[in-house]
Parts: sequence; C-alpha cells; structure tokens
Amino acid sequence: MGDLNLLPVVAIAVPLLASVLILLVGRYENIREGVTITAAVAMLGAVLAMLPSVLSGTRITVSLLPMVPGGDFALRVDAFGMVFALTAAVLWLLNSFYAIGYMRAQREHAQTRFYFCFAVAIAAAVGIAFSENLLTLFIFYEILTIITYPLVVHIETPEAMKAGRKYLAYLLIGGVFLLAALVLTYVLTGTTTFVPGGFLAGSGSAIVLQVLFLLFMVGFVKAAWMPLHGWLPAAMIAPTPVSAFLHAVAVVTAGVFGIVRIAGWVYGMDLMASLGLGTLLALIASFTIITASLFALTEDNLKLRLAYSTVSQLSYILLGVSMLSVAGMTGAMVHIPIHAFLKITLFFVAGAIIVSTGKEYISEMKGIGRNMPVTALMFAAAAIGICGLPPLSGIISKIYLAVGAVEGGMPVLLLVLIASAVLNAAYFFPVIYTMMLERPDDEASLVTVSEPPLIMLIPIILTVAISILIFFYPAMPFMDLIDIAIAEITGSVIP
Amino acid sequence: MTLIDHLPVFLIAIPILASLLILVAGWWDRRFCYPISLVTILSQFGAAVIILMQVMREGTVRYYLGGWAPPLGIELAIDSFNGFILATILLLSVATVIYARKSVEHEIGPEKTIAFYVLFQLLVTGLVGMTITGDIFNLYVFLEISSIAAYALIASARKPRSYLASFNYLILGSIAGGFILIGTGNLYAATGALNMLDIARLLPASFELATVHAGFLFLVIGYSIKAAFFPLHIWLPDAYAESPSAVTILISTVMSKVSVYALFRIIFTIFTTAYIVDVFPVTGFILFIATVAMIAGAVIAIAQSDLKRMLAYSSISQIGYIMFALGVANQIALEGGILHILGHAVMKGCLFMVAGLIIYRVGTSRLSDLGGIAKVMPISCAAFALAGASMIGIPPTIGFMSKYYLVLGALEAGHWVYAAILLLGSLLAVGYIWRFIEIAYFRDGHDEGSGARTLEAPASMLAPMVALALLCLLLGIFVEGLMEIVGPAASLLLGGA
Repeated sequence: MGDLNLLPVVAIAVPLLASVLILLVGRYENIREGVTITAAVAMLGAVLAMLPSVLSGTRITVSLLPMVPGGDFALRVDAFGMVFALTAAVLWLLNSFYAIGYMRAQREHAQTRFYFCFAVAIAAAVGIAFSENLLTLFIFYEILTIITYPLVVHIETPEAMKAGRKYLAYLLIGGVFLLAALVLTYVLTGTTTFVPGGFLAGSGSAIVLQVLFLLFMVGFVKAAWMPLHGWLPAAMIAPTPVSAFLHAVAVVTAGVFGIVRIAGWVYGMDLMASLGLGTLLALIASFTIITASLFALTEDNLKLRLAYSTVSQLSYILLGVSMLSVAGMTGAMVHIPIHAFLKITLFFVAGAIIVSTGKEYISEMKGIGRNMPVTALMFAAAAIGICGLPPLSGIISKIYLAVGAVEGGMPVLLLVLIASAVLNAAYFFPVIYTMMLERPDDEASLVTVSEPPLIMLIPIILTVAISILIFFYPAMPFMDLIDIAIAEITGSVIP
Repeated sequence: MTLIDHLPVFLIAIPILASLLILVAGWWDRRFCYPISLVTILSQFGAAVIILMQVMREGTVRYYLGGWAPPLGIELAIDSFNGFILATILLLSVATVIYARKSVEHEIGPEKTIAFYVLFQLLVTGLVGMTITGDIFNLYVFLEISSIAAYALIASARKPRSYLASFNYLILGSIAGGFILIGTGNLYAATGALNMLDIARLLPASFELATVHAGFLFLVIGYSIKAAFFPLHIWLPDAYAESPSAVTILISTVMSKVSVYALFRIIFTIFTTAYIVDVFPVTGFILFIATVAMIAGAVIAIAQSDLKRMLAYSSISQIGYIMFALGVANQIALEGGILHILGHAVMKGCLFMVAGLIIYRVGTSRLSDLGGIAKVMPISCAAFALAGASMIGIPPTIGFMSKYYLVLGALEAGHWVYAAILLLGSLLAVGYIWRFIEIAYFRDGHDEGSGARTLEAPASMLAPMVALALLCLLLGIFVEGLMEIVGPAASLLLGGA
C-alpha cells in the first residue's frame, strides 16, 4: 500500500513539476511541448494505476500536512473523485496535442505562459478531485481561479482585460463565499472531512443549514448556474484550447463536482430532502437549463453558443442532484464525463474552424463542411450526442435523469428535460445545417480551406470515439465507479 | 551564569556598540559599514533564534540588567510572544540590510552611507529594545531612540517631500511620545511600579481609578499613532512613500509591527482581558475601528497612482486586520493576529522591495509609467504576484492562513457580521494588487527591445526579495510549525500559561 499512497501525490506533483520545467525550457518550443506531453502521459498513468484499487472499493487516503483547525492538507482518492480525475487526465492529454496544433497554427504569443498556467490548472483540477476535506478542496479551487486568469486574458486586448476582470470578480467573490461556508461548517461540526452520506445532520437549526447551503452554492459559482453564469461567456475570449478544456471541462466541472460533493458527502441526501434543498436546487437547475438554452439560440458566435450550451448542460448535473434519488444522483455523476467528452469535441471543432478559416460566427460558416468534412461530421456527432440521441453517450445520463425525476417524486422535471432536448436540437441542428448543407455566399473564399492539421483532427476524432465507446460500454470504468460512489453515500453494500 | 544567559542583553548592547564602530570604521573607509552592519544584525538574528528556542523549551527568559532585580532594576523579559516578534523583526532586518547595500548607494548617495548605517543600527537597537524590555518606562525610552533614528532616515532621501514627510512624522511621533509618557506616568502614580509584571499585579486594585482610565487611553492612543492605526495614520503614507526604499522596507515591516506589539503588550499583559472586557469595555470599539481601517485603507489604496503610496495605504488596511484580532480577543483570533504580524511583515517587505527595485531600474514608481514592466523584470513581478496573492489571501499562502484564523475567531466569538465584512473586505486587496499585475503584465510600454538587456537588478537586491516571496508560500504551507509558537503566545496574552 505504500506505493499506492504515493500515486495521488504523483498525479498532482507531475503537472506542477512540469510547469516549472516549462518555464525553464520555455525558449525551446519542442522541448517545452515535450514536457507537456510527457507530463500528461505520466499523470494519466498515475491516475490509471489507481483505478483498479478504487474499482475494488478501496479509498486511498494520504494526509500530507497538518494546516489549520478545520482540516489538514490531505488527499483521498474515492470513486467519485476518480470520475473527475480520469476525465481530466484523459482530456488533458488529448487537449495538449490539440493545443500544440492550435497555438502554433495561430502563432499565438506568450505560449510559455500558456503552457505553464495550463499545467498548474490541471494540477489544481485533479487536486479538487482528490481532496479529502473542504479545506484542501478550497485551496485547489482558489489556485484554479488565479491560474486560469492569465489564460483568459491571453490576447491582452482591452476587451480581454475587461473579461478577465469579470472572470476574476465572479470567481473570487465566489471563493469568499466558499471560505465562509467552510469556516461555518467547521464552527458547526468541528470537522470538514468529507463523509459518505454527510456529516452535517443535527449540527444546526434548519435555517442555518439552509443558509449554509446557499453559501456553498454561491461558493461553487464555477458551476455557472444562472444568474451567476456571467463569467463563463466572458471567459470565451480565451484561446480555444482554454475554452475547450478549462471552460467546458476542468473549471466548470470543479464547480458541479463541488456541489455534488456537498450534497452527497457533507449534507447527505436525507438531510437535503428534509431541508427542502432539493426543491431549491431543482428550481435553480430548471431555470438555468431553459434560460441558457434560449440564450444559446440567439447567439451567432459559435464559441458563445457553446458556452451557453455548457451553462445549460451543467445544470443537468444540478438537476440530477436535486432529485435526491439514486437514479438522479447517478445521472448527475455520469453526466460529468459524458458532457465533458462531448462538449470538448464541439469546442475543438470551433477552434479548428478558426484555424482553417478564421471564422467565429455561425452565419459565416455556410458550407464549410464541404472542405472540412471530417471536422463537420464530428461536430454533428457530438451535437447529436448532447441532444441525447444514440449511438453517443448523451442518452445515458438523460435516461437516468428521467428515471430519477419519477423516482424522486418530481415528474414535472420530465417536462424540463423534454423542453431542454427540444431546445438543444433547436440550437445545434441549424449549425449542422449551415455547415453541411447550405451553400457558401462566396464559393471562392472557401477554396483554400481544408481540414485542420492532423495533430488537431485526431484528438477531435478520439473524443467522439470515446463518446461512442461510453455508449456501448458504459460500465467500464465510469458506471462502475459511480455505482461505488452511490453505494457509499446511500450506505448500501458496495457492488 | 554562562555566556548564553547573557544573550538578551547582547541583543541590545551589540548593536549600540556596532553603531559606534560603524561611525569610526566608516570614517576610516566607507566600505566597512556594510559588513559590520550585516554581521551585527545576523548575529542578533542568531541570538534571537537561540533565545526563542530556549523560551519554547524552558518558558519565559528573564534578565536583570546589571543584576538589579525589579522593582529597582530594569528587566528584560522574553516569552513566546515577544520572542516570536523578535525573531520576526530581526529576520526582516537581515533581509533589509542585505537589500539596502545597493539601494542606499543609488538613492542616498555614497557620501551619506555612514550616516545611514549608523542610524539604521540605532533604529534596530531601539526596536529590539522595545520588543524585549519588561519595563514600561524603558519601553518609552527605546521608542524614542527608534523614532529619532526613523525621522532622520526618512529625511535622508533629501527631497523636499521627504523633509516634509519626516517633519510631519516628527510632529505626530512627538505627540504620540508625549501621550505615552503621560500614560506611563499615570500608571506609575496609580501603582508605584514600572515593571510590567508588577503593574499587572498591582493594577486590579485600582481598576476603577480615573487615573488608570486616563493612563490606558493615553497609552493606547499614543501607540496607535505609532502603529498607524486608522484614523491616526496620517503620517504614514508620506513617510512610506517619500523615504528611500530600504528605509521604507524597515519602517513598514519592522517598526510598525513593534508598535503593534507594544499595543498588544500593554493591553493584554498590563491591563489584561479583565480590564478591557469588564472594567473598561473597549474591544467592541476597537473591532469596529479595525474593520473601518481594513476597508478604508484598501479603498484609498485602490485610488492611488503611485506604487509605493498604494502599498502604504495597504499597510493601513493590514494593520486593521491585526487590530481586528485585538478587538475579537479570543484565542483563535489572536493566533491569527500574531500570525498576521509575521505574515504582513514578510509580504509587505517583499512588495516594497519590488517597488524599490523598480525605482532602482526605472527611476519611478508611478503606476502609469510601469506598463509591461514584467517583460523587463520578470523575477520582480513574479515575486510581486506571489506576495500579492498572499496579501489577497489566496491559499495556501501565509496571508490566507491568518485570514482564516481571524474569520474563525470572529465566528467563534459570535461576530457574524464582522466575519462577513472581513471576508468580503479582503477582496478589496484584489483591487489594488491586481491593478499592478494588469499594468505590469498585460500593458504595453516596456519592451525587451528598449534599453540595455541586463540582469534585472543586483543579486544582493533580488535575493532577499525572492526569499521573502517564497516565505509567503512556505510559511503558509508549513503554518502548523509556526502555530506551535503562535498558539502559546496567544494563550499567554489571554492570561494562560
């Protein structure tokens, strides 16, 4: 077990070490990118090496440092954390290849800073996944906020700086609320260590616990629930690999991950139900799903439309939590990897179109599918997946959520799911139509357009392939992990 | 008695002798000044660490000057609280003196280096004396020694504005000194004692006397002026912004902290919590003013157009955080406050060092002239970012740890509203720290092409700055080790063992 205990530390230390190396070898581009890829492979290896023991129901706990009253700096790898970490590790590797292609094709400046921040950000994301207690989670959460700021303002234009300020304002104020929630939790219970099934029950009056939950919700503003979603569209000014990986996967998942953790490991589903928090969460989530989809409908900038789609899709996870039933929770958890793999594909395609044509607006993308057939096809596939059609993974979480809505006694949420599915189709199918079927206004302008370089195209294909694989083999490993996680928080026997 | 038992008096005697030695040796050859000063302060730091370890092992170290026991003689008393402060201020003094060498040559001029080192040494002597003395009149004497040295050092920038700043500080410092002397006299009149422990023992009998109340107010207001506790801070911005960089670093990190220390010492050791809570309930008022200080200082800092002045107002805000602990006055909050004395010294020292380096390289600290400076001075700006993150309270820096303790302490004492204000108010630091970050990293102005591409500054200036920046992070990560000193210190203040 000694070696196993090192692995979570390795998984976080590798990208941190890589970030230092990136700074040191920054002027030699190929070595610098070599460092990124090596670190991504090494981190994926470390995460995969822990997978078998986590699948066997073991939890790996490492207490690193005593820190303050309210929690040591400690890591714990459990099944739910593994879902997030595995998603992040796989996608970091794919995204690294994609980013190299994108950043070089675009001749972006300050690439060393870009890769440095990216490596620290992924370390923070995995740290969040592996946090043993609220304090550790909070530390990584704040690091993630700060380190993604230089990525958001990468192009350094006045608009970018303005967006950066908005980004920072939302996330840092959120951080303060999270800190308040953390301290309050400690004052109420004397601990902040996550316990499957929760540990808050009976520690305070209903109103205190309800207020505490609100503090947590505002704290996890990274989940981009409405009306606190404004930072996410603002962050779209970043280079596409950042939008793809951080603002469709790592950062936003950190937010929803936190909320699921709070629901399952701090409050517990029974306490949530007795406090009426499920209803509150259901209201927030339903409002966000519908409203964000409507926003997406009117958005002509492809990245922004995808951003609103992300806002909407993230609330599926909150919706699943709000049902406070086994199926709902399962749907919520499984939607994390499913949405991540699908949405990153869409962003990858948006970036590929920028690289090949320089176009960002959907209305300018007429007919580009003729010259970029594979790219456009992958976009169509992922979009269909998000709408919840087979043979892509999106339908899995939809089914669980639908079952959960009934099981949790909130059939009205089915209407939300149906409305959302219609809206998803309404904002994605026109894009597919524009790309694949419409005639370009100016045929000549598309002559020079071709598929993006292979280093970008292959990650796109792979993410779609993984989404299809998840549809056919949902058990390995995500459903198995989630079954364990659900068994933990409901107190039933681990399968 | 072995030599080691005499260490406390060496802490004061050696630097006084050294300041004379510098004067003589510097007259011989100016180059002797720096090594003598460095060796003295390093040996003081070493002695402070040894004493602190001894205190943690065996309890309070008491030393009677000349072998005269109190109440006749003067006592030096070092416990976990002032042992911690002592190590903190000497650590910062070491960093400052290393940094000062090049900075002084550049800003004060070679012909004045002797005077600088002599005064510097006297300032450190006065501050160390204030920290370790167990006698309230002696405290006043050392305060005046350090103040007079500080007035001269501030004026040593020899610009019209620095003369004004120095004069301004001289006037307010003298008023403060007068207040402190009157307060000390009142306590002597009420108890007939000057030794702090004696006063503390005798005072409860006369708690209700108007003389004692007046003495309390005179002392607290006097030391609040010296500590620049809002709204008695008006000397501070000019004094910090207009003095030479090395002097700014020393007075902002060491001098203000020692005044805060004196305030803690007087309130908790001499008057004890029984007085400030039951007899003369003042904690609520201090808490309120401290909160106003946190907010007001930060808001004014955001409005500044000069880097050094911005950092000066930030100090006013940060002093508010330390006083917040005094206002809450429970174990956890005091731990946070004491931790913040160290934390703020380290991070503000680092930030002022960056400002000094920028003045050294660019010749100005006006924010509008610093666009894109990070391209030319990457190490300095990275240090600024790290220390700035600590100022904001981003985990796992030391700034976060003290903020965490303060919030936790406030919540435990039931001060919900103040805890919320502290949390949200801490975000104001983002306003001024991020302004510099944006200007330095993301605005055009300084390009790699323009000007000679040399190393950003002499290594003797970079090294202490980088060391302090790393300390912001390391002290935060290994905060548990610090708490083994800070925890006993806080319980000592509250009257425990």
